Amino acid sequence: MEYALTAVNLSKRYGKKQALENLNLQIPQGKIVALLGPNGSGKSTFLKLFAGLIHPSSGKALVLGEEAGTATKSKVAYVPEFNHLYRWQTAGEAVEFASSFFPDLDLEIAGKLLEQMQLEREQKIASLSKGMQARLKLVLALARNAPVLLLDEPLSGIDPQSRRKILGAIVESYKPDEQTIVLSTHQVLESEFAFDQVIFLQEGKVALKGDADELRKEHNCSIEDLFAKIYQ
Amino acid sequence: MRFEPTIPIYLQVMDEIKAQIVSGKLKPGQQLPSVRELAQNIQVNPNTIARAYQELERAGIVFTRRGQGTFVREEEKIPVILKQEKVQAVLSSFFKEMASLGVSPKEALSLARNFSAEGGKSSGVRTDSRKPK
Repeated sequence: MEYALTAVNLSKRYGKKQALENLNLQIPQGKIVALLGPNGSGKSTFLKLFAGLIHPSSGKALVLGEEAGTATKSKVAYVPEFNHLYRWQTAGEAVEFASSFFPDLDLEIAGKLLEQMQLEREQKIASLSKGMQARLKLVLALARNAPVLLLDEPLSGIDPQSRRKILGAIVESYKPDEQTIVLSTHQVLESEFAFDQVIFLQEGKVALKGDADELRKEHNCSIEDLFAKIYQ
Repeated sequence: MRFEPTIPIYLQVMDEIKAQIVSGKLKPGQQLPSVRELAQNIQVNPNTIARAYQELERAGIVFTRRGQGTFVREEEKIPVILKQEKVQAVLSSFFKEMASLGVSPKEALSLARNFSAEGGKSSGVRTDSRKPK
């Protein structure tokens, strides 16, 4: 089976700063993978490379065997950490707007997700709290039938209830046989049960990776504990 | 269902299902919730649930009927065996913890006997200081 994502000697430099250094790893299809690490460890760079938004300085970022770029855009739903919503739109308009350039966006699923997230179509984005905007961003990604979902810090800086809603929606909407979700976070405690694989990044390199339950067994501790150990 | 994050989640899901079989909440022949349903109910990754089901199948506790779902095996012995297993585990952890407190198995037994004779109330050593008299 082809890997969802493959990094081959993948490096990214911004001027003198080495954001990712010679990364080699494979992410199998059908998994929910947590990309863990403190700020500046390379998480966002990793996701942007596979979203095809930036180019590697050297090496390759492959999405389902193809080099990330224009050709893979339709296979990847990417949610950036910053807010990319238009403040003047309503939630419903944002969904329609997104569906106009992502033909794989399922309007029916989007409707259900809006409901589940307690978002009203008529609500102006400008009037939504940060947590509600984060929920809407996720709706737009989860409603797509893209085989790869890349979520950059979907849980950071928002209220606990929104975090729970977002994690719940990820677990519920995720299609195990046809979808791979990679989400970056440093909110490990609440998300522990949602992912099955973890990658710990440290200064642009992989510090540790593996199956979450196997790591619990092997190290006799939670992923949260491992996080604290690695980055102490 | 509450999980302990230091223990593999799939093992905890297995334990919960076994407990339901022992208590009779799940009966031999009865269908388990689908992976998807259970994942949604307890907000756990569906792959983790699928793994728990696979391991339960490997242990001979459940079986999968293609296209229909997963069922508890239709054998009256299963709840009995699972109960024995659980009883063994509780006993072993009881004696282990007593030993770690410096209580010999013999002492532990007599303490347990007294405890039970008094209807489950602790005697002698008072450990619960929060409780007003």
